[in-house]
Amino acid sequence: MSIDTLRLTAEQAKGMLDRGEVSGAELFAAYRAAIEERNGELNAYLTVTDDPGGDGIPIAIKDVISTKGVRTTAGSKILENYVPVFDSTVAARCKAHGLRLLGKTNTDEFAMGSSTENSAYGPSRNPWDPSRVPGGSGGGSAAAVASGMAPWALGSDTGGSIKQPAALCGNVGLRPTYGTVSRYGVVAFASSLDQVGPVAKTVRDCAFLYSVISGRDENDSTTVDVPPVVLPDGDDLKGLRIGVPRQLNDVEGIEPGVRDAVAAAIAQAESLGASVDTCELPLSVDYGLACYYLIAPAEASANLARYDGVRYGLRSEGKTFNEMVMATRHDGFGDEVKRRIMVGTYALSSGYYDAYYATAQKVRTVIKREHEALFERFDLLVSATSPTVAFPIGEKAADPLAMYLSDVLTIPSNMAGLPGLNIPCGLSDGLPVGLQLVGPQFGENTIFRAAHALEQAIGFDYVPARLR
Amino acid sequence: MAITREEVLHVARLARLELTDEEVARFQEQLAAILEAVSKVSELDLTGVPPTAHPLEIANAWREDEPRPCLSLDEAFANAPDRDGDFFRSPPA
Repeated sequence: MSIDTLRLTAEQAKGMLDRGEVSGAELFAAYRAAIEERNGELNAYLTVTDDPGGDGIPIAIKDVISTKGVRTTAGSKILENYVPVFDSTVAARCKAHGLRLLGKTNTDEFAMGSSTENSAYGPSRNPWDPSRVPGGSGGGSAAAVASGMAPWALGSDTGGSIKQPAALCGNVGLRPTYGTVSRYGVVAFASSLDQVGPVAKTVRDCAFLYSVISGRDENDSTTVDVPPVVLPDGDDLKGLRIGVPRQLNDVEGIEPGVRDAVAAAIAQAESLGASVDTCELPLSVDYGLACYYLIAPAEASANLARYDGVRYGLRSEGKTFNEMVMATRHDGFGDEVKRRIMVGTYALSSGYYDAYYATAQKVRTVIKREHEALFERFDLLVSATSPTVAFPIGEKAADPLAMYLSDVLTIPSNMAGLPGLNIPCGLSDGLPVGLQLVGPQFGENTIFRAAHALEQAIGFDYVPARLR
Repeated sequence: MAITREEVLHVARLARLELTDEEVARFQEQLAAILEAVSKVSELDLTGVPPTAHPLEIANAWREDEPRPCLSLDEAFANAPDRDGDFFRSPPA
């Protein structure tokens, strides 16, 4: 039986395996063939692994997630030869479920970026148009799923690194509620924001993979018990109250094609029975980016202090300990990582702490409260995920602040610890447009229900036009 | 918002980051622009607003304090750039 990895969902693959229409080895080989055909162009995988055997569904894992015995670089030169001696909890849970690792996917260095251009191993490319970025930081996972090189994948999301690449590559990506998925064994960027989540072709696949990886983990004391995941199968939205935050949907720089596709999806939600109303989120949108670009770099500057050339990773020459550490960090970190370490160190330094970091933490409370108030009236908030479709490689590479604006729509709900999911809702200039559905904490099932019904109604073809 | 060259060097020292002259000049300009942008947080009246350090209100996540298996020495040293017996070896402090 021929296997069309571009179209095949994980659920369909499971059906084929269960009915004995295909063996685990044949399925794995089909994805390997797709990787051999397309990875040279797209650079979605940094490491490709051999079939570990078994009859489970293959999976790709972002290279910030530790995999025992498989090189994990975090997209950084400083971890070029790092081979974890233990599995992250999410990798272990995938393994326990029989999922088989295809390889490790490209990412902006330490997940800091919105395009994968900050990877020490070269940018990934967008399967819909290889001259454009796949988004970031999880552009490798998104590109792998969109190009049939994996049925699904794991990503990680701090400011939008699952949702934004899913938007730019036309797949479904969930950033779960903070605390529902273990961070044990995940290379730390900003610990109060980092969250692992699934990337898939369909909402049902996304929900299923979330059920595999989520749940309390005694190795991560920030995890909590998670309500059972309900796989969505309904096609109406009766009784659902959807809020459309004006400031997200009218954000400066939003492309007309993005706005139109999102407006059409919102109209569709109404026709499926949802009640839709405009609402306001002024402070979260206005102050979200500034708040994020203080808190995330501050936490990063502390987390990345561990790369000292002593216990693991790169070591450069130095006559004294201090010289060795400073040379190692100079040689091992790329530009954006150095920039964020500098901003974070500055914001935490004596004399500036109150003005920057402590103030940002209070703004975070304001953002959290503004969202909480809306969820007294609404079950979901919807907007575009990214203000633009995929942009050309190199367009924003020289201007850090322009790149930061890519996450203006994903950051506010992330600061509040809320779950958010991207589904593709149409095309603009032949490139996917993403719709972001944000729920209250632990509102994943509501998100899945709405996203599934919308997905059926929209009927987006997730195979990139040039590969059909 | 202006940042001096000395401030850039001071922060780089705090962060244990060696920078070339070219990097110092570039970061001086870029940090100024970024700090100017993030200074926006100071526009709000935040009187009486408590800080949020963490999105969930979890306090004291306990577990039983029981010994469990851990990494062997060889595993713990597997990625070390330099090892001397049971020690990580580094240049002298």
